[in-house]
Order: sequence, then structure tokens, then C-alpha cells
Amino acid sequence: MSGLPPYATKAQTLRYYGLRTLCGLIFFFLIAPIIVIIPLSFNAQDFFTFTPEMLSLNPDGFSTKHYEDFFSNSDWQLAVRNSLKIAPVATLISVSLGTLAAIGLSQSHVPFRRAIMAILISPMIVPLIISATGMYFFYSNPYIPIPFYGKIELPFTLTGTYLGVVLAHAALGIPFVIITVTATLVGFDNSLTRAAANMGAGPVTTFFRVQMPLILPGVVSGGLFAFITSFDEVVVVLFVGSAGQKTLPWQMFTGLREQISPTILAVATILIGISILLLFTLEILRRRSERLRGMSPS
Amino acid sequence: MLAADGRPLKASLNRALRRQKIRALFLIAPLLIFILVSFVMPIFDMLLRSVENQIVGNTLPRTVVALQDWDENADTAPDEVVFAALYTDIALAAEYKTHTRLGSRLNYEMTGISSLFRKTGRAVGRFETDVYTEAFQAADPAYADPAQWAGWMQDDNIRAALPQTTNTYDAWAQMIVEEENDIPAEEEPWDFVYTALYADAAGGAALPISVDLSAIEPVSLQASFAEIDEDWIDPDVWQTIKAFSPSYTDGYFLNAVDLLRGADGVEQRPENERLYIGQFINTFVMSLSIMGMCVLLGYPIAWLLANLPARSANLLMILVLLPFWTSLLVRTSAWKVLLQQQGVINDLLVWMRIIADDGRLTMINNQTGTIIAMTHILLPFMILPLYSVMKTIPPSYLRAAKSLGATDWTAFWRVYFPQSVPGIGAGCILVFILSIGYYITPELVGGTKGVFISNRIAFHISSSLNWGLAAALGTILLTVVMVLYWMYDKIVGIDNVKLGG
Repeated sequence: MSGLPPYATKAQTLRYYGLRTLCGLIFFFLIAPIIVIIPLSFNAQDFFTFTPEMLSLNPDGFSTKHYEDFFSNSDWQLAVRNSLKIAPVATLISVSLGTLAAIGLSQSHVPFRRAIMAILISPMIVPLIISATGMYFFYSNPYIPIPFYGKIELPFTLTGTYLGVVLAHAALGIPFVIITVTATLVGFDNSLTRAAANMGAGPVTTFFRVQMPLILPGVVSGGLFAFITSFDEVVVVLFVGSAGQKTLPWQMFTGLREQISPTILAVATILIGISILLLFTLEILRRRSERLRGMSPS
Repeated sequence: MLAADGRPLKASLNRALRRQKIRALFLIAPLLIFILVSFVMPIFDMLLRSVENQIVGNTLPRTVVALQDWDENADTAPDEVVFAALYTDIALAAEYKTHTRLGSRLNYEMTGISSLFRKTGRAVGRFETDVYTEAFQAADPAYADPAQWAGWMQDDNIRAALPQTTNTYDAWAQMIVEEENDIPAEEEPWDFVYTALYADAAGGAALPISVDLSAIEPVSLQASFAEIDEDWIDPDVWQTIKAFSPSYTDGYFLNAVDLLRGADGVEQRPENERLYIGQFINTFVMSLSIMGMCVLLGYPIAWLLANLPARSANLLMILVLLPFWTSLLVRTSAWKVLLQQQGVINDLLVWMRIIADDGRLTMINNQTGTIIAMTHILLPFMILPLYSVMKTIPPSYLRAAKSLGATDWTAFWRVYFPQSVPGIGAGCILVFILSIGYYITPELVGGTKGVFISNRIAFHISSSLNWGLAAALGTILLTVVMVLYWMYDKIVGIDNVKLGG
């Protein structure tokens, strides 16, 4: 239905435009809340609504003071630093382990493939509050269970430590890496690795020189998913982390719950910018991957 | 048939296959171990905690043993033996400061026990059991000598003759080392050790140095406890302690579904203490409404995207993917700002004279707020699977139906819609799974009415510290989600989960 046929009846025309209007409204519902944040973040007052000066486009109604607050406030800066310290390391762990496992999973004869897949995907399915609860209990007092004996308690704790938060976030990011990389590997031609082996390349060389360049778009988009999962995650870090690991979403969460300050809108605008950037990166990667695999971009 | 190296081909192939399997498993193993340790074990730990109940047995070990002989159906408090055990246990627990934790644990089962334990912990040192101490020490100064005590307690014959004293002294000595950082052989034993010694002696045991017991007026521990609080001779308190003395309990699960273990088995909680069934129903109803809203709003969008030419569909797809990629906190703060009483939507409605300035709508901190915000957040998860299913429905089917005389509606309802049902199913389960366990958004925009069971779990972990109940609620929620996940796997297959189109 790329257009209205010339012989359309009145009812059909009405339905056609009715549907378009409805869809327009739904798109508005999807996008407007995000767009509205942007002008509001330039409010010169500490209000969360448009002031008369803003509506009359008076320059006095606008200011960048909330942005200045964000860049000068030590709480926010610490939160940004913590987020940037945690997310890349968590991503690195998920991507390296996830890619290896995805390659293993896409071989033709893998025993218990379904069960393994279900376990690896579970961090995405289990509600975050449950993962957070379990990690809070277990990380505060880690132990090695030994069947028919009991458990050996380990003499350290992971709650409130950088390592604990990184491990938790890496686990949450893994399903995304597995899904994207296995999807890329579906189109991978295995005769390429055999050809490489035939020409004398060892498994490591084959992996880095032949397989990796081809599946790279999938790996990178999996990595982006893992990164954003960690960067945007609050529930687990609230439970597993301590004040020393306060991340950007955590700071936003406390800001929203206790007393909502307009600085949050400035932060939100910056984050919207980052997501737009991410969206385009992913789209470019997807097209590149399809071109490489000889599919036409849709 | 033989392979090139002379082995049977079948064996050779089997070996190659086995090698391939092992190699695949080697690639998967590091990740599998990582997930098992960092994710699966924590979940199992949570499951275990929902039934684990070692606190009563650990804090009151002697009382639990002594209580085994008490008939909980009798309408009387336990006898002196139990109170003697309780005396030692509480005196030790007060030093370890574990009696308050036990009190708060049992308070979940019976209100008032917490303060009972706290009061008792303070009063237990002032019992008149020092008459035993003084009597023994007066009878022979050796009884006041710490080194002499330590010596006796290493003598196997004396240990065998004085079982209660030995048990109490050992526990006391351990406490002295752990809590006071002193050496037992340099400290005079406390009153409760002498009380145990008297109990042994009164039972006819031979003392290391014989003492004339008839001069000692026995102290009734039952009366001493009753003096602190009448509740100690209330059989209900003892029933609760006995009911929760095994190491594993179903108490948390019963609590999670508004039941309790009373005197005559499992019964409903009193009307004003029933919380969780309502909360579960609330979570279900809200998740269903969010799911319904997502279908209603997502279906037209997915249909439009699937039927537009590729170029414009890709452009419009960005409008779906941008919210999908935007931080959850950003979207939640947007709704918090928009829905406030002094927020943009209310301002707009007042400006358009739809509502009066003093009649501003309350759209936040209630169920409406949660449903609006979560529909917005989860809508892309409905649109994307719907879109990928609709993309595979050939448009020629609709044209064929129409050319055979179907009206637009019949063609849609009888031909197109049934083919899009798998997409609806996949989207619905996905949205339902995601919404039922949501925490952040309801916490921020849900107020008190619009919250989910996950908010109760978080409350019990960080505020009320009733971890067992949190674990039991979590286990129930996890079971529901796992059943849905299993259904999703049957219908869609986990391999087919699509991310971002």
C-alpha cells in the first residue's frame, strides 16, 4: 500500500488517512517525551515546564546553567568517571568471552546446544531485580559449593567493590553479544576457514585474519549493546555497588527519587545525543555487514 | 571401508566428530563457567535463602534441643529444663549481639518477639543466679579459680561426669576468646556456667570437689524469665520458636502468599496483614494493561512500517529505535517531568481550557503514571517482533482476498490478522516478561499504588532487611518468568530474538 489507488471509495480514503493520523499520533507519543527534554534543559529557571519567556523565544528565558552545573558538580563528574571506568571493562569481558563462545556455539555439532544457549541468554530474561537480589546475597559472601559436603566460604567480599560491579555488568551484557555474534555467524561461510587452513594458516591466524574481519560488525554491535547495558544499568549497581561505585544512572535515579534537580534534564539531553550517535553507528555497521556477506542492504 | 590412514572410515569419522565437539565445548567453556559463577550461582543462592532458616538453631542451639521434648499442643509453657537452656543461649547471644537479629527474624512470624528478645538480652545478666556462684565459691575457693576450671575442663572424666557444665563452659570459653579477646584460663566463669554446674550436681553428678547442695536455695529460671516479660510463659511464643527451629522453613513462602503457620497448621493471615497476594495481582493486572496498550499502539505502527516502501519505512524506523536506544532513566525522567501537576501536559491542558487550573490531573505517583511510562518504554519491544513477522506476509494475499470479493475488513481479519498472530504472541510475551519484573520506572513514577512486586523485593532487601521474604517473593516471580520464557522459547525460539531490527 504505497499510495491510495485512484479508484478508492470515500470510506477507503477516510480509513487511509485515519490510519496515517493514528500512526502519526503514536509516533508522536514515542518521540515527543524525548524531544521535549531538550529545550527544557535550557530553561533559565529551575522549573520543569516551559516559562512564558521560553514560549515567546526570549533569549533571557534560556541558559546553559544546568549544563554548567553538570560539568562543575563533583557528584556528577564522579558518576561520569565511574560509569566510564565500569562500562568499558565489563564490555571487554563480555565481548571477548562472548565471541569465543558464539563461535563455539555455531559449529555444527555442539552437545547440549539448547541448554547452553538457554543458560547464556538467561541474564537477559531474568528480571533485573532478581539478578540484583541474588548477586547481592552471593557477592557479599561468595562460596564454593561442594556437593554432599557443604560450602567453602571465600575470605573476601565482592559487594561494594569495583570488581563486583564489573563482573555483574559483564554477565548482564553477555546475552547481547551471544545473540548478535551468532546471528552474524549464521551467514559465515565455513569453507573460508577451511581454505585458510588448507593454505597453511594455524587456527589463531585463521581466526584473526579471516574470521574476525568478517564477523567484526556483529562483534562491534554486540559490544555496543553490552556497553549500553552496563552504561544504563541501575538496579544491579544499586545493590552490588557502594557509594564509591556510584554511576551516572545511579546518580540520576537518586536525583529523581529524592529531589529532582533540573541538572538531570541537561544530563538526559547529553545522553540522548549519545544514543543518536549509537543508533547511527549501529545502522552503518548493519549495512556494512550485509554488504560484506553479499546481501543487498534493505 | 578404510580411510587414507588405514583405519576404518567410520571410526575415523567418529573421532573427527568427537574432536570437533570437544573443540566447540572448549570455546564455550570459559563463558559458561563465567556465567555459572557470576550469575547462576547467585540465583541459586537466592533460591536457597528463601527456605533457609538456620538462625534459630544457631542462636539458640540448646533451647532447640531441649524443646524437642515439649509438646507444642499442650497449653502450658515448657518446663525448667528448657528455660535453663534458654538462659545459657540468651546470655551467650547477648554477648555476641545476635539475640536482636533472631528477635527481628521471629518478629516476622509473631509481632512483639523482637522487643521481647531485646528486653531479655538486657535483663539476662541481672538474674539471681549469682547465688549459685557464691555458694560454690564459698564451699571451696577452687571454684573461683579460672586456672582450676580450665584444668577440670580438660579432664575427660570430669567432662563425662558433668555434661551440661562442659557444654556451657566450652561455649563460654569460645565466647571469651572471640568477643572479649581474653584467655579463658584467666577469667572467672560467668553465672550461667555455675548454674549449669548446679543443674548437673542436682541431677546427681559427682562434682570435682563435693559441695553440700542442700544449703543452696534453687532459683526458678522460668519465674525469672516471666518476671522480665509475661510473654515467656505464653505457649504461643514457644510454639513460634519451636515451629521455626528446623534449618529449613516454608515460612517465607507462606508469608509471601499471605499465609502463616499458626497453632493448627497453615492459616490465612489477619486481614490487615495481607499484602502480597494483592501486590501480585496488582503486578499482573498492570503488566497485562501495559501489554494490551502495547498491542493496541504497536500493531498499527508495525503494519505501517511493513507496508511502506523500504526507504520511508527505514526513516520511520528511526523513530521507533531512538526511544529503544535512549537511556531508561532519560525516558523515565521525561515522563516524570511531563506528568507532574505543574508539568507540561497539565499546563497544555489548562492552556487549551480542557481542564481548570485548580482541577489539574494527577497522572503521576499512581497506576496511570506507571502504565503510561512503561507503555512508552516497552512499545519498541512490541513493534520490532511484530514488524519482523509482518514483513514476511506477502501483500499479494490481501490483494487475492480482495479480488475474490472480500471487503477490506474481511480481508484483513480473515487473511492478514491470523498470519500476524505469531508476532503478537512473541511481542506480548516479551513485553509481559519485561514488565512483570520492572523496578526502576514504577519506583520513580508509581508512588505507592503503582508499584510492582519487584519494589516490595527491593524494600525487603534494603529497608526491612527481611531477606528471606525477599528471596521467597523473588523465587515466585522468577518461576512465573521462567514459565513465560519457556513458552517464548517454544513459540519463537531463543535463537530468533532480534535486537533492534
